[in-house]
Amino acid sequence: MCDTCGCNVTPGNAHLVQPGGRLSKTSDGREAVSVLHGLLDANDHTAAHNREHFNRHGVLAVNLMSSPGAGKTSLLEATIEVLKEQFSIAVIEGDLETENDAGRIRAHGVPAIQITTGSACHLDAHMVHDALHQLDLGALDIVFIENVGNLVCPASFDLGQHRNITLLSVPEGDDKPAKYPVMFRAADLVLLSKCDLLPVLDDFKPENARRYLQELASRAPIIELSAKNSDGMDSWLHWLFTELEQLEHRSDELAATSEPA
Amino acid sequence: MHELAICQALIDQVEQIALEQRAQQVLSIHLGIGPLSGVEARLLQQAFFVARAGGVAAGAELVIDSLPVQVSCDHCGQTTDALPARLLCGACGNWRTRLVSGDEMQLQHIELIRQTAAEPGESETSTKQQHERVNQAS
Repeated sequence: MCDTCGCNVTPGNAHLVQPGGRLSKTSDGREAVSVLHGLLDANDHTAAHNREHFNRHGVLAVNLMSSPGAGKTSLLEATIEVLKEQFSIAVIEGDLETENDAGRIRAHGVPAIQITTGSACHLDAHMVHDALHQLDLGALDIVFIENVGNLVCPASFDLGQHRNITLLSVPEGDDKPAKYPVMFRAADLVLLSKCDLLPVLDDFKPENARRYLQELASRAPIIELSAKNSDGMDSWLHWLFTELEQLEHRSDELAATSEPA
Repeated sequence: MHELAICQALIDQVEQIALEQRAQQVLSIHLGIGPLSGVEARLLQQAFFVARAGGVAAGAELVIDSLPVQVSCDHCGQTTDALPARLLCGACGNWRTRLVSGDEMQLQHIELIRQTAAEPGESETSTKQQHERVNQAS
């Protein structure tokens, strides 16, 4: 959305800016000032700045979101184990409290910056910006941002990532996309995690999850995986390699661009 | 509950605009919120009472316009109303649609009283007089 080309005038609000709409001048010293700004413009501005940082250094930034306990940290641990010889990786961890997750990541020999948000239920672009100052982006290939475990709030805040990944773990139930449409609509990739539990939790039907996602008009690919027994990890890594290649390609094409991916 | 964080960002924006517009008071703040923005209008209203305190918007009213969910179909080209968790084309039922309205989280306009231009020797009184006149009128 921007304020210059009119793309922030949607069918939902167009009546406000048309002649005779509610923005007509009022009397008695009251004046209506048209704004049409996103409420999160300040966040989005910092997010664009973060994205510029990532682009300039050719670093792929991936934001992982899910409910608490869906397996974000386990997925990162398994991913790091496979990729750490080949790629230079760092992780930004968001949690309300504790350094537990950062500790788990560091145990794999990868730098991790822990953001403890206190009572805030999401990461925002400013928090990520502060964390980026503690990382040497020039020496990195991939930054994973593990958002606060929450299927609601993180979806509203752009962090400057290139891609959003939403995990849906088998114990949560297959109808989560229908219950949390904002979160699942934000996903560029959906990972059905803990699929090793499918034989025991047989009321979770991956095809139902796929159908609910389709009803959100989601074009995101869906990968079934288990970080525990490594099933599906190849597909996930393949997705990641493709994203790395595309980023490299874009960097070559538009050497100094600040455009979002 | 990210509504408080969003409300604080809103108040920052409103205060900036009030400064640019030389406003002495903000009377009302008008938002357009779609159900797919991830923001709950009721919670935003509650958070607003906390966030507005002490600034130029301290007495302002928050007016939230709830915007409809509408999709445009890639298949038949129609634009139809939809439900937040069911964004299928209302005309042909296809799932390959694009959201055209419903995820807005937008500050649309604010209503304010401007400071009057200071005439030599009557800077304070003119502002006060206008303020009183508006209060009587409203």
